[in-house]
Amino acid sequence: MKNFFKNRTLRGNAVTYLVVIVAFVVMQLLSSIGVLGSSTKGFLVPICVYISLAVSLNLLVGICGELSLGHAGFMGIGAFTGILVAAVLKDSVSGDFLRLLLAMAAGGLLAGVVGFVIGIPVLRLRGDYLAIVTLAFGEIMKNIIGNLYAGVDSKGFHIAISTSKMKLEDGGKYIISGPLGATGVEKLATFTMGFVLVMVTLFVVLNLVNSKEGRAIKAVRDNRIAAESVGINVTAFRMKAFVISAFLAGMAGALFGLNYSSVSASKFNFNTSINILVFVVLGGMGNILGSVISATVLYVLPEAMRGLQDYRMILYAIVLILVMLFTWSPKIKSATSEFTDRVASMMKRKGAKAHE
Amino acid sequence: MKKVFALVLTFAMVLAMFAGCGSSGSADKNTIKIGMTGPLTGGASAYGIAVRGGMQIAVDEINAKGGLQIEFRAEDDEADGADKAVSAYNSLKDWGMQILAGPVTTGSSLAIGAEAVNDKIFMLTPSASAEDVAMLGSNVFQMCFTDPNQGASAADLMAAKWPGATIGVIYDSSDAYSAGVRDGFLDKAADLGLNIAVSDASFTSDNKADLSTQVTQCKDAGCDVVFLPFYYTEASQVLTYANTIGYKPTFFGCDGMDGILTVEGFDTSLAEGLVLMTPFDANATDAATASFVETFKKNNDGLVPNQFAADGYDVIYAIYNACVAAGIDGTTSAADACAKLQAEFAKMSVDGLTGKGMTWDANGMISKAPAAVVIENGIYVPMG
Repeated sequence: MKNFFKNRTLRGNAVTYLVVIVAFVVMQLLSSIGVLGSSTKGFLVPICVYISLAVSLNLLVGICGELSLGHAGFMGIGAFTGILVAAVLKDSVSGDFLRLLLAMAAGGLLAGVVGFVIGIPVLRLRGDYLAIVTLAFGEIMKNIIGNLYAGVDSKGFHIAISTSKMKLEDGGKYIISGPLGATGVEKLATFTMGFVLVMVTLFVVLNLVNSKEGRAIKAVRDNRIAAESVGINVTAFRMKAFVISAFLAGMAGALFGLNYSSVSASKFNFNTSINILVFVVLGGMGNILGSVISATVLYVLPEAMRGLQDYRMILYAIVLILVMLFTWSPKIKSATSEFTDRVASMMKRKGAKAHE
Repeated sequence: MKKVFALVLTFAMVLAMFAGCGSSGSADKNTIKIGMTGPLTGGASAYGIAVRGGMQIAVDEINAKGGLQIEFRAEDDEADGADKAVSAYNSLKDWGMQILAGPVTTGSSLAIGAEAVNDKIFMLTPSASAEDVAMLGSNVFQMCFTDPNQGASAADLMAAKWPGATIGVIYDSSDAYSAGVRDGFLDKAADLGLNIAVSDASFTSDNKADLSTQVTQCKDAGCDVVFLPFYYTEASQVLTYANTIGYKPTFFGCDGMDGILTVEGFDTSLAEGLVLMTPFDANATDAATASFVETFKKNNDGLVPNQFAADGYDVIYAIYNACVAAGIDGTTSAADACAKLQAEFAKMSVDGLTGKGMTWDANGMISKAPAAVVIENGIYVPMG
């Protein structure tokens, strides 16, 4: 226990988990006594999704130091895979929870595999070039999904890239229909699953960061040449971070897709990628708890400002600028670190007293 | 530093104040609460703002008349097809909405419609035209034609007007509206035996800055009639480019084409001879249209209303008439109002700006006469 309080990273991780658990318990309690409105209830799942997207992107951007602008592409792959799997397994798998779990696993796996395949050529690039290529990747994914038709009829599962090639028998049902996207999706997502997703994401990312691999990944970020010279396989570690990040985004995407009765490919566009990146940057690069908090606050903020009508998006932008200026001003930074140090020393003194 | 902190604090307090004024659940017997969602910010906001403007005029007129009053509230769904749309809908639900007069776009309607079906809230969309929207449930109704229906009408009209013509189709493959109209058109055209020379000249919302390839494709195939089932902004580019290469076929648009004469920086003389199927004509001389256009212009800095605004206006009147006929007031629960309105819409007929004698079928799809106009000397002239 003494070790626990001394070790700064362990303490930080514990705080991160604790914040998420407490938030979950509080929201569950409030929801069970029925004080939450439909709006607030509606936020719960997407917040979980965006938290895990932000944390997984933080692994790539903050910890690995690679700027990716195609995170929504992985989210989209996960979303549509998840929807397809959930729809196809409807008759063979009983139990919504199991079906949701399988759909998320499938979404994550396919996103991870695509991440790996894309990663081979893409990770030869660095910095701005990587950003441009991942941006293009996200747009390609969006356009492919936007032209995808899939459906089931008595003969089984059909998938095609245009309407003319896609002829379902009578009684067949479209699951994905091109630019309309997936319609008539069964809403399987639950807040509990969202919480599980966030915990899994945090567990994977925090453990990776504090492991030997994590230190290697950070070394690659800080100085590639130095890392290579001490025998770190640069490509392998970058690939690891890239694939894990894609996998987590795919899982989050599947949960997102299964939370709404319709999702279209245009949702997973460049704007969504940038939005997730904004969560990461404002929460602090490499700061996992920061991503959790900023994803929550920045997701709810434009919704909370609905009363401002047409001005809310302008104000949202102003708030983003202000947050950026304030959180990164050296004066505020030193003030907050002073504050946390004081709290920490107070806790230490209390701990010491308890020991006496 | 202190000053900045004070500023931030004030700002936060103002926000908190606005955030707080969300739900007020007082049910006044004489006032029904109608909610609308549409894109009020972002790229598609022109449509949402037009619908809201049209609806607001209808609401003001009804409230000035006395009797049953309407409390109207519009929420921004950013034309999103998932989370933003549903949260706009949820915030209306928290406000105490009894009837939903929206959403404006198809994507949002698919997401919100499924929720409305679950919650048993009556929904009448002014402009979401995909067939899938009406098929969501028995309480989802449309004020506009469905896409395949409109495509089929266009094919009928072409077969009657230009038999034997070579026809080309340019469309936006990333847009459900455009792709839906095209599919309906091609199906019907195959039945009628029309000569379609170009059917795959497509663009997407990301690469619509230059449509010269698609126009050239139609020119090379020798098309006499070019079908443009998409919105007027892109259509203005097609017309401009066709003019620069000296290509003069008959261009044929759908209801999305309404507004072509208001595009900024577009030489409207290029639109001469353009045929479009629109249920609404802002230059019509009947008293209802004239007074609507005048009020809309006054409220919106001289902007001429398009069919979106007219659809919005008709939606509010259709709902209001049905509410009066079915005896719905502020104390009726949303589910009761839904059942009553459904029964009422099945039997009633509405005269509005976008058509006379409009009725709805069991699926919630509208039936009204398709009207085609041709642009002559800068105004719409009904096509004979």
